[in-house]
Amino acid sequence: MIPDTSFAAAVQERSGEKLAACYQCLKCTAGCPLSSHMDLKPNAILRMIQYGQRERVLKSHAIWFCVSCMTCGVRCPNDIDISVVMDTLREMAIEEGYAYAAEKRVVQLHEEFVRSVKLWGRLHEVTFYMAYMARSLDIIASIPSGLALMARGKLPFLPKRIKGGKQIKRLFKEAYKTKGQLEEEA
Amino acid sequence: MAEYSFYPGCTAHSTGLEYNLSLHAVAHALGIELKEIDDWNCCGGAAARSISNLLGLALPARNIAKAQECDLPLVIPCPGCFNATRRAQYALINDPEMRERLEEVVEFKYKPGLEIVSMHQVFLEPDVLDRLAESVNRPLRGLKIASYYGCALVRHPEIVQMGDYENPVFFDRLVELLGGEPIDWSYKTDCCGADLAMTHGKIAAEIADNIVAGAIEAGADCLMASCGLCQVNLDMRQTGKEQKKLPTFYFTELMGVALNLPKQSQWWGMHIVSPKPLLRATRLLRRGGRS
Repeated sequence: MIPDTSFAAAVQERSGEKLAACYQCLKCTAGCPLSSHMDLKPNAILRMIQYGQRERVLKSHAIWFCVSCMTCGVRCPNDIDISVVMDTLREMAIEEGYAYAAEKRVVQLHEEFVRSVKLWGRLHEVTFYMAYMARSLDIIASIPSGLALMARGKLPFLPKRIKGGKQIKRLFKEAYKTKGQLEEEA
Repeated sequence: MAEYSFYPGCTAHSTGLEYNLSLHAVAHALGIELKEIDDWNCCGGAAARSISNLLGLALPARNIAKAQECDLPLVIPCPGCFNATRRAQYALINDPEMRERLEEVVEFKYKPGLEIVSMHQVFLEPDVLDRLAESVNRPLRGLKIASYYGCALVRHPEIVQMGDYENPVFFDRLVELLGGEPIDWSYKTDCCGADLAMTHGKIAAEIADNIVAGAIEAGADCLMASCGLCQVNLDMRQTGKEQKKLPTFYFTELMGVALNLPKQSQWWGMHIVSPKPLLRATRLLRRGGRS
């Protein structure tokens, strides 16, 4: 693949993290709770950014498997907060139309979560789960846990809207100004 | 009487219902007043920051705007919300460009000085600790408790300022005070994988099983958590296939047991892995009346 020499500079600029300081000690990957499931391990992501592998990085499953637990960042001997780099990569993947390529369901889940917040001001689990299931067709896996919680009275059925709905809408509009691929445009 | 403004977070009325009920019961018993901030919104969780950095900061910034009107320290019981709100405050303090942007988007003026604390910090204040020590009338004798700290409460240290992030012990000190036996174990700050539970249930189950296995290996007979996502994830996703299942308490529930507060059975009914057999075996199950 042709290296994209502007990629590393763009990620560094947006994340504010000094990627060039990485000397591949692999501490990030060793401590990452999800690394065994990642197609590109955290240390490899950093190296591939330096190699200008824009498409491979932005299309990776790994950036959506990162759960922002911050273990990598606090252990990095060079103080690179990789979870912040991952945030940047996810943003770029959405903007550049790569987000659905690898982990469509994870992206859909995030989208439905924030859609619920945009609609009600708070997360309403039942309608959020249903919207996610309808879009992803990921139904079988979620139903037993949903029913278990419902049986324990832990999922209120009807949503309530907060008073500051207009403020929330405005906040979303501003934040979504640059978004490309997202299903929901403000 | 200590007073705080209070941000419940979305899980307070859903997956973390028993956390919310028990923390209010304990706060009431210890003379702590929690005033819910008006018209609060969701902090955005992990989803908002995954989609847009600005959104992930702006949502909690609106709650900061609401809280600074109250002039009281703000307590946030959910570590996820606590972390997101501290992150927003960190940006408001240290990133002038972002502060300007957030002030414009949220339509407020940031007032320095708002103190944002986690629920346990309220209970670990010196004078509250004294009151707590006096009020323990049902010590958790014989209960071997693995305190699970998770990610958001202790990392990133610059943002949450919670001290040791590899081997925190503040919950273990609390367990000691309540008369229980704190268990030293290696998985206390490992991520529970909750964010992947909906989309990749098998991975979340594998992570939960690993954490439970670590607790069993260290000799624990229960887990103690403080997060409405960690608790429900560990409670619900552990498979019990190759080991026994461990109940997962909220730390406020165990405080409630030690203080012998009423209505505990309501909390236990909300768990997936019932803590009742363990409480019965250690003679800590409250009996009689409508308890």
